[in-house]
Amino acid sequence: MDLKEKLVSSFMVFENRVDIDHPVHDIRSEAIKQFEEKGFPSKKEEAWKYTSLKSLQKHDFSLFPKEVGALEYKDVKKYFLHEIDTYKIVFVDGVYSSFLSETTHDGVDVCLLSAALSKEKYAHIIERYFNKTAAASDSMTNLNTAFSKEGAYIYIPKGKMPLKPIEIVHFSTGTEAALMVQPRNLIIADENAELQIIERHQSLTKNPVFTNAVTEIFAEKDARVDFYKVQNDHKEASLVDNTYISQQTNSRVSVHTFSFGGNITRNNLNYYQHGEHIDSTLKGITILGDKQHVDHHTLVHHQHPNCESHQDYKGIFGDKSTGVFNGKIIVDKIAQKTNAFQQNNNVLISDKATINAKPQLEIFADDVKCSHGCTIGQLDENALFYMRSRGIGKKEAQALLMYAFSNNVMESVRIPALKLRINRLIAEKLGVDLGFDL
Amino acid sequence: MAYTEEELKKELETKEYEYGFYTDIESDTFPKGLNEEVVIALSKKKEEPEWMTEWRLEAFRIWKSMEEPDWANVHYEKPDFQDISYYSAPNKKPKYNSLDEVDPELLDTFKRLGISLDEQKKLAGVAVDIVMDSVSVATTFKKTLAEKGIIFCSISEAIKEHPELVRKHLGTVVPQQDNFYAALNSAVFSDGSFCYIPKGVRCPMELSTYFRINQAGTGQFERTLVVADEGSYVSYLEGCTAPSRDENQLHAAVVELKAMDDAEIKYSTVQNWYPGDKEGKGGVFNFVTKRGLCETNAKISWTQVETGSAVTWKYPSCVLKGNNSVGEFYSIAVTNNYQQADTGTKMIHLGKNTKSTIISKGISAGKSQNSYRGLVQIQPRAENARNFSQCDSLLMGNSCGAHTFPYIEAKNKSAQIEHEATTSKIGEDQIFYCNQRGIDTEKAIALIVNGFSKEVLNKLPMEFAVEAQKLLEISLEGSVG
Repeated sequence: MDLKEKLVSSFMVFENRVDIDHPVHDIRSEAIKQFEEKGFPSKKEEAWKYTSLKSLQKHDFSLFPKEVGALEYKDVKKYFLHEIDTYKIVFVDGVYSSFLSETTHDGVDVCLLSAALSKEKYAHIIERYFNKTAAASDSMTNLNTAFSKEGAYIYIPKGKMPLKPIEIVHFSTGTEAALMVQPRNLIIADENAELQIIERHQSLTKNPVFTNAVTEIFAEKDARVDFYKVQNDHKEASLVDNTYISQQTNSRVSVHTFSFGGNITRNNLNYYQHGEHIDSTLKGITILGDKQHVDHHTLVHHQHPNCESHQDYKGIFGDKSTGVFNGKIIVDKIAQKTNAFQQNNNVLISDKATINAKPQLEIFADDVKCSHGCTIGQLDENALFYMRSRGIGKKEAQALLMYAFSNNVMESVRIPALKLRINRLIAEKLGVDLGFDL
Repeated sequence: MAYTEEELKKELETKEYEYGFYTDIESDTFPKGLNEEVVIALSKKKEEPEWMTEWRLEAFRIWKSMEEPDWANVHYEKPDFQDISYYSAPNKKPKYNSLDEVDPELLDTFKRLGISLDEQKKLAGVAVDIVMDSVSVATTFKKTLAEKGIIFCSISEAIKEHPELVRKHLGTVVPQQDNFYAALNSAVFSDGSFCYIPKGVRCPMELSTYFRINQAGTGQFERTLVVADEGSYVSYLEGCTAPSRDENQLHAAVVELKAMDDAEIKYSTVQNWYPGDKEGKGGVFNFVTKRGLCETNAKISWTQVETGSAVTWKYPSCVLKGNNSVGEFYSIAVTNNYQQADTGTKMIHLGKNTKSTIISKGISAGKSQNSYRGLVQIQPRAENARNFSQCDSLLMGNSCGAHTFPYIEAKNKSAQIEHEATTSKIGEDQIFYCNQRGIDTEKAIALIVNGFSKEVLNKLPMEFAVEAQKLLEISLEGSVG
């Protein structure tokens, strides 16, 4: 039985585990119908031209783990941003771990989607926001919607701000030979609210894991949201991450994606602007080795005048890795005075590495400033020589240049502890110890 | 009295297609429809050898198994291929020795188009191979070229007189199965130009072909093959205008360029076919496959000015096979009213130290859609490949669209690729500056557009550059407020 059939047939099993009278269940039923019709995306589709999920479909993924691995905090401490205090929503093999988590209802709601779905007092919020921005045409999103049950639920009311950043961490323990999880996050920042989120997927053994996540973010008027995605997983862990962001007037949302690990990683990042004076920021650093594959697929849809978007993606590709960047900016007819910028720079450091880039502009308004730039090149020989003539080793010199190369993206990270952590991850990935933190 | 925006707009909208007239020459036309018999009949009519007939039939069989592609960012009513006549030739076809023998009506057509044969003969030093509804009727300067050993004739003539050359090169750059329209063209191409430059010869003049679509309901299937042998140089010009017609006309040409070691080919196009009226009715469908192959140290340079056609769908490409070969692409695409253009280039780097440059300027006005679609591909063995791409779009009014779809694929670490794209409009301050100095708005726009496209215009041969500048002005007059 192939994975698609397995998923479709296990929907009935899934129905036994959820409240099928809840209005959300109609959305699920519709979504599984859509998925059944279209199946997994293939390379024939333009949006998936450079990324194939075929290799994943041959695994016999278990969808509902029978037992959940037990974790001690000390074993997984290093995967948290433990230097600072944070709220934590932790899932182990797709199941919420109250032991590792730290949630709150004190003025703001940092809790679980399953709780929000079951409690009456959240019903109006669920009705208003759930599945309202996720694309109904995307097969992987539909698959997630069909099995949506658990994930983070964060609601920040008007003018509020949580006391500390929120970490969402997914562990997989490898109790199952192969595991597929589908977390669903709903994040709402009401008027003038502010929050910071750090998300991480981490498998603790070498067993294959396939994560198909959907995150919906709603930034109401004047809201500010910073979202950081850390992707540094094992070689057998694959991730399809769909993030949909709906922004209202004057809001500011930034998403930083740090991709250093994993097998196949596909990031679908979609911004929809529903008001004026909106600022959208999308940034990413990708450093790959082995046979890793990372695909950044972004969309910024400018639907109103006077908005801005900034994209900056840096990639360094070694060994037999493949990097894909597909950035799309759409500027509607009425979205005059739009400033949309897109930048994608890549360095190839191995002969077997591949880069496929497709920066795309679709512009229907005339009074706009839109540009994109895309480069593929090498590290500057002269700069390397300069450093080496001053006694800096080749590896270190290369690393320094790569740091400098990706620094634009680091600059806008607003959590100092996270910045330090990312810097260390980069050093680890490049295999250097500079003896100091940048 | 000041010339207001409204007046400008009105004038532009009512401006009829300047070159819209129809020459009445009796034609020998095939009945509509396409099947194996038609292909065989066409081949027979042209007195082609058997291998050519077989080649056409093979292409036809491939074509039948293919589906019409629809991935381009253009929308149009698909042509009915059974409703097209696949052969139409002016019926009086004497072999002319001088211009005096040419049908005076035909000569008049060219005069109205501004191509006076004798004038060009004397002044510009251009040899013109005129294709009027698919069959060449006049070739000038043949003698001068023949002295150098250059072959410049219609492709049907070449099939008869130089079968070994045609057989060796035809379909080697654009094979029959390449794509839907290339297969169709291979099966039914009526005529076109053939050009062969022998080893080490520098062609002393610009070779030029003027195409005209003339007969109602006849698709034009041109086939051009240019072969530049080792160390030779040729500059080839292609320019076109078509009479206005309500029915959509299909044009599916194939152009193959082959630059052998150390050779250089410069291919320039000015395309000004009927774009349809201001409601978007009528107009030419232009689905062209153009590709060049570069051997070691060779260079191919494409320059195009696209102002006409209702739907343009073409990607002049370079396959940089040999080491140190160079590919260039310079393009201006202007769309107005309901025109749609999806154009760009492909640069396939196979050899070491290969270089490519892409400069594309898109100007959209009215309700038109203008897309740049390009591919830069660096294959694993292409050490030290270098590419620079720049695509700029200029938007006039908020009912039009500008799109870019660049694909960049690098499989070699020594590759250096730069790509940049911008979209902007003509600044009010720029127009104000010109107005203030006594330049009216219309002139100011022409000035700014010319400046915007200068990088490409500069690459055109002299005679073409002047024509192209005029075309830009005509196409865009009054489209900005």
